[in-house]
Amino acid sequence: MSGDRDAPAAAPAHVQVHAQGPAGVTLAREGALALLAAAAAILVAWAVPWLKFVLTLALAKGIAVLGILLLLRAGQVSFGHAMFLATGAYTVAFVAPRIEEVLLLLPLAMLLATLLGLAVGLFVVRYRDIFFGMLNLALSMVLYSLLEKLYDYTKGTDGIRVAALRFAGTVPGRETQEWLMFGLALLLAIGFGLLVRAYLGSPMGRALAGIKTRETRLEFMGISARRVLLFAYVLSALMGGAAGALVAMTSRHVTPQLAYWTSSGELVFIAILGGAGSALGPFLGAAGFELVRVYAAAAVAEAWQLILGSVLLLVILFAPGGIWGMLSGRLRGRGA
Amino acid sequence: MSASGRPGDEAVDRPRQGTAPLLSARGLRLAFGGVKAADGIDLDVMPGEFLAIIGPNGAGKTTFINMTTGYLRPQAGSISYDGQPILGLSPRAIVARGIGRSFQLPQLFTEHTVLENAALAIAARAGLWSPLAPLLRPAWRTEAMAVLDRFGLAPLAGQRADALNEGARKLADIAMAVALQPRLLLMDEPTSGVAAAEKMGVVETLVRVLREAKVTAVFVEHDMEVVERFADRVAVWSQGRIAALGPPATVLKDPAVLRDVIGIEPPTGPPAGLPARESGHA
Repeated sequence: MSGDRDAPAAAPAHVQVHAQGPAGVTLAREGALALLAAAAAILVAWAVPWLKFVLTLALAKGIAVLGILLLLRAGQVSFGHAMFLATGAYTVAFVAPRIEEVLLLLPLAMLLATLLGLAVGLFVVRYRDIFFGMLNLALSMVLYSLLEKLYDYTKGTDGIRVAALRFAGTVPGRETQEWLMFGLALLLAIGFGLLVRAYLGSPMGRALAGIKTRETRLEFMGISARRVLLFAYVLSALMGGAAGALVAMTSRHVTPQLAYWTSSGELVFIAILGGAGSALGPFLGAAGFELVRVYAAAAVAEAWQLILGSVLLLVILFAPGGIWGMLSGRLRGRGA
Repeated sequence: MSASGRPGDEAVDRPRQGTAPLLSARGLRLAFGGVKAADGIDLDVMPGEFLAIIGPNGAGKTTFINMTTGYLRPQAGSISYDGQPILGLSPRAIVARGIGRSFQLPQLFTEHTVLENAALAIAARAGLWSPLAPLLRPAWRTEAMAVLDRFGLAPLAGQRADALNEGARKLADIAMAVALQPRLLLMDEPTSGVAAAEKMGVVETLVRVLREAKVTAVFVEHDMEVVERFADRVAVWSQGRIAALGPPATVLKDPAVLRDVIGIEPPTGPPAGLPARESGHA
């Protein structure tokens, strides 16, 4: 049946899965697309200076959505992931008066979000599906309430203003600071994008996807599905913390709204809009989301949410793979 | 073909009678409500043997596999593997001791390719959980291809698991279990759903690979031709009990087995002379 027992075990020439992303787009094409997107972002930021702020926030949210993407790979949706973004942002707000250095604040925010992710993750990875989603939502609302009610520490819904920060010991001018924040966000986005791509192709990443389809099989292979999901959850919390730090440093103002359930819903919205097929999807989705929001708010100030909702509806109906799904389909079409 | 006439016998040790059993179950009891899925199961599985479990639906065959692999915990009794008790251990801990299983409905990772399925099993065995190194690194890729090649699945390595036909899915499911390098493999209906035309080919491939790898096997089977050709012993399950145990050549001639399990009227004539239970292992 299998022919010669001594036949070489090398893969047949047609077995090319290692060089392809989950959507079947080659690494080279995905990399080229990522470079193109980064170049376009820089060009837009240079040509339309006020969009630099929007794009920086989009990149920050894209990083948080990368974490959502990891959980989606396991078939789990978190409706409370903004709690990690808020943790990162409030870490910056609380610590900035004592430590003004961005290069110290950023890792500190990531560390605290990671620790919170570990604490929460140990509890929530025991649950699946709607229970997983709702527990995350409940815990994020606990954090929201604390941020809102502990006025003496958090200034409640007024929020905390973040003072001007130092970059590598220097206090740059406003224009330079905007470029630095944009560059830092772009650098982190590329770094986390590469990290997530490598992770999803690793045994842990492939086992993570296995949770969605055959969790029982994982256990009978000696793999703890909970540990696999916990690792992804903690990694997603770390990225949420980084995103929150970037948001706080860019907007220079943090409020409990960052932890509110609608903020978590926004992250899921972006994940669907961008598509979960690639690490590039969250950034495409975040850029699309922020641009639609800005221009919709400018055009129809009272009904911009209606336009956002309509966009999502159209994506779900006509492009269930999100923006990335549309792009990868075209790329595959050209490659065929 | 060997003296026994069974495919794949040439390369393997036959069941070592008289040696310590690899798996030993004693007094297993488990009931779901009023239904007794296990009602005092005593069974020894000897190293190197192929033991078939037959019986009507609901007799408790799959329950035995589930209890042995830690998925279900019996209400009474004990199970030991290689002389060590394994009752109460998690499926993961039992896998780590060398017991693998395959499923009646193949449990493949359907979004992965066949090659990735096999490589993931190898990665699980290796316990190497680096979150950055690729799953299809050269060593695991080569080993995964070798496992698939032994099952005749190498040409399908690049296909998504959900694109396979039922025979290939069954083999891929078992290939994943074999990639874990178990000493004992429990298979739940490895030929169910496989087209009649490909069934014997699937089983021949399976038996050959398992014999070569010196894997002891317990398999639930409904096809008596498969049992007769490939099993060293057959255990007949009935209402949570072992109604008969012995070589297929004798058990499958037992009038009670023919009537109650296989569902055919035994031929009239002199009795087959089969003991109700074989003494020794069980």
